[in-house]
Amino acid sequence: MKGYTWRISLILVFIIASFVYLTPTLVDTLPSWWSGLLPKDKIHLGLDLQGGTHLVMGVETEKAVEGSLDLIATDLEDSLTQQNLRYKSIARVGNDKVQLTLYDRSSADTAQALIKKKYPDMQTLPATDEGGFIGMQVRINEKEAQVRKDRAVAQALETIRNRIDQFGVSEPVIQREGLTNIVVQLPGIKDPKRAIDLIGKTARLEFKLVDETINAATATASGLPADDELLYEKKTDATTGAVSETPIVVKRKAIITGDLLTDAQIRIDSQYNQPYVAIDFNSTGARLFDQVTAANVGKRFAIVLDNNVYSAPVIRERISGGSAQISGSFTEKEAADLAIVLRAGSLPAPVKILQNVTVGPSLGKDSIHKGLMAGLIGVLLVVGFMAIYYKICGMVANFGMVLNILFLMGALSALGATLTLPGIAAIVLLVGMSVDSNVLIFERIREELRLGKTPHAALDSGYDKAFLTIMDSHVTALITAAVLFQFGTGPVKGFAVSLSLGIIINLFTSLVSTKVIFDAYLERAHVKRLSI
Amino acid sequence: MELLRNTNIDFMGLRKISFIISGIVAIVGILGVIAIGRGTANMGIDFSGGIAMQVKFNQPVTTQGVRDALSKGGIHEVELQEITGGNQILVKMHKSEKSAQNVEDALKQNLAGNAFTVESSTEIGPSIGEKLKKDTLIAVALSMLGIILYIAWRFDFKFGVGAVVATMHDVLAMIAVFYVLHKEVNILLITAVLTIAGYSLTDTVVVFDRIRENMHKSLKDPMFVIFNRSINETLSRTIITSVTTFLSAVSLYLFGGEVINDFAFALVIGVLVATYSSIFVASPIVALWEKSSETPEAKAA
Repeated sequence: MKGYTWRISLILVFIIASFVYLTPTLVDTLPSWWSGLLPKDKIHLGLDLQGGTHLVMGVETEKAVEGSLDLIATDLEDSLTQQNLRYKSIARVGNDKVQLTLYDRSSADTAQALIKKKYPDMQTLPATDEGGFIGMQVRINEKEAQVRKDRAVAQALETIRNRIDQFGVSEPVIQREGLTNIVVQLPGIKDPKRAIDLIGKTARLEFKLVDETINAATATASGLPADDELLYEKKTDATTGAVSETPIVVKRKAIITGDLLTDAQIRIDSQYNQPYVAIDFNSTGARLFDQVTAANVGKRFAIVLDNNVYSAPVIRERISGGSAQISGSFTEKEAADLAIVLRAGSLPAPVKILQNVTVGPSLGKDSIHKGLMAGLIGVLLVVGFMAIYYKICGMVANFGMVLNILFLMGALSALGATLTLPGIAAIVLLVGMSVDSNVLIFERIREELRLGKTPHAALDSGYDKAFLTIMDSHVTALITAAVLFQFGTGPVKGFAVSLSLGIIINLFTSLVSTKVIFDAYLERAHVKRLSI
Repeated sequence: MELLRNTNIDFMGLRKISFIISGIVAIVGILGVIAIGRGTANMGIDFSGGIAMQVKFNQPVTTQGVRDALSKGGIHEVELQEITGGNQILVKMHKSEKSAQNVEDALKQNLAGNAFTVESSTEIGPSIGEKLKKDTLIAVALSMLGIILYIAWRFDFKFGVGAVVATMHDVLAMIAVFYVLHKEVNILLITAVLTIAGYSLTDTVVVFDRIRENMHKSLKDPMFVIFNRSINETLSRTIITSVTTFLSAVSLYLFGGEVINDFAFALVIGVLVATYSSIFVASPIVALWEKSSETPEAKAA
């Protein structure tokens, strides 16, 4: 067979590429001539193999209870207004009560009935007369508060998991510790600070109308009307890095909140080459946004995240269709992180970092060493077996297997994928599959030789007949791996990455790499007997 | 060198025995799955949570040293992580096994020369939450469906079902062994099971491929004869591949150390059942199915 030059060149290119990508992993210090274009990243190892950042985060569960009381207060305001009941004020007091102040006894009774109906779990304290007004308190009981705290931690755990998944740290360990803490272990990441920022951001997104009647520059927090608040817009100068703060007075009540979002994506403004975050609302959010923008054309709308104003653009026209954008002076990374936290949802309560230490691998260095030795012994046993059983042909198969492992390592490194113990299991399976493809081919060749074919003919028809079998067995395995990759999380995903890459690589080595050796050999030497 | 040549074993004739064995194994496996689902099996920390202790020693320690000390004190299934700087070790262990006090006692007794303080000791939740469990199950179900569809397209629907049944059989068999021996169910077992599922499929597809080839070659032969011939023809390949994979798995089991011992053990079991199932489970199911569908035609003719 002619034309094996291109196959040999292709294999050589792959070998060189694999070595280039593996160099940072194999060499401790890169030589000075290793230019900026060449890869510098070591192969990523999972937590089980290399350890990583160990964070203990405390969820401020009190805040979650306060937050839900705030919601109840807002909801009561709306309900009372709808029923045309006049009230003086409704607000949360302390961390377990909502205080209502009403004008007369009869509306207090109506309000009480309403609360009983809407919030049967809440405890209403008897109304008191307070200098002409009727004061009333609603208290959340201990048990109910505990339920909410518990739910807040569970929800925070899920949100953090979502964020880390989207950030792209594979193989994190995320678990609950004690009543209020969450432990997160991230395998050796390059930029732990960025990850911590991302995990710790509460990401409470609110859209608030700017109160233009008050001069923000001279306003003080105490001198504002009750329904206004003073916030700051932080801007970082791109060249000097200086942070400037512009005060803005906004309405306390948020018109739209982040829970009405369905999606957030980073986009680049083609005109100014500035990144921004495009957001989409669900139907309720879209309707609200449409109404609010229609009613407030010409006014400013502040986009507030965790009480910082990102931007406060003027509403130029009614915006319908349920999408908007958040622009601000951020870098591409910041915009990408913002999109992630918005997509993953806000934390039900703020979190505090309680402990941040570096931990060793969860398997222990000793075990990893043993595991690698055992793997090596296994490979050597297989190599020995193949060499004895199939003689020279077996050695060709062994060469193919080594190529497989080399290519897979190179590919893992090039793609920035994570290698874990499950990933190593996938490699063991790959060694099996690599040997299997060759065994299939060799057994076919032996069958053909028994039928009296020449070595050359036996080889060609052996490869031909085994081809479909190899395809079928690889495609079925690839289906499993691809689905696991798509839907699996954590360690299962790491396994799927190694496995699917391995399958594709093995298809190439078993059908192209080993074949070309036989072809080249049979071309040059006149072979009477095949060593098989 | 050649191990086998021109064997002529009546595999189909053995199907009654093999079906009984597989049936029992599968039932035990299903019991195991139910136990895992209800959390009554020996669930690892990944699934059930446990106790996390942060221990600070006065002098440097190794994870192996701590592991040995704990193991002498009767605490075997622990996860140890070094905390960089300050001779600290993070000990995670199963809630039901021993209490934090037992850990302290074991360390005091067996690491006598090295005083320590327990910095913190808290209960931790599972690292694999409900959602993760559900996602993985959905993924497995979808991949099984994908395989049935692919094999149905490349071969025949019956073959697709046969391959999936054989794979499920192997998964159940591995779970059955772990359940009966009361070994710990953790993320490594799940990985081993997935690995073997992939291996088992490959093994089955290879046998099926030869069956298909022979079915096209000799249309007149009875189904069982074709199936038997195909399995015999691929037998040497099946055995060689199993032997090589078995060698890798056994070396992991013998030399891999205690942490991956169970994992390697699962692989060893898996290779054995996967080889068995492609011959004794997948093929007979398809053969019986093919046979029952060819009978009416035979009658008509």
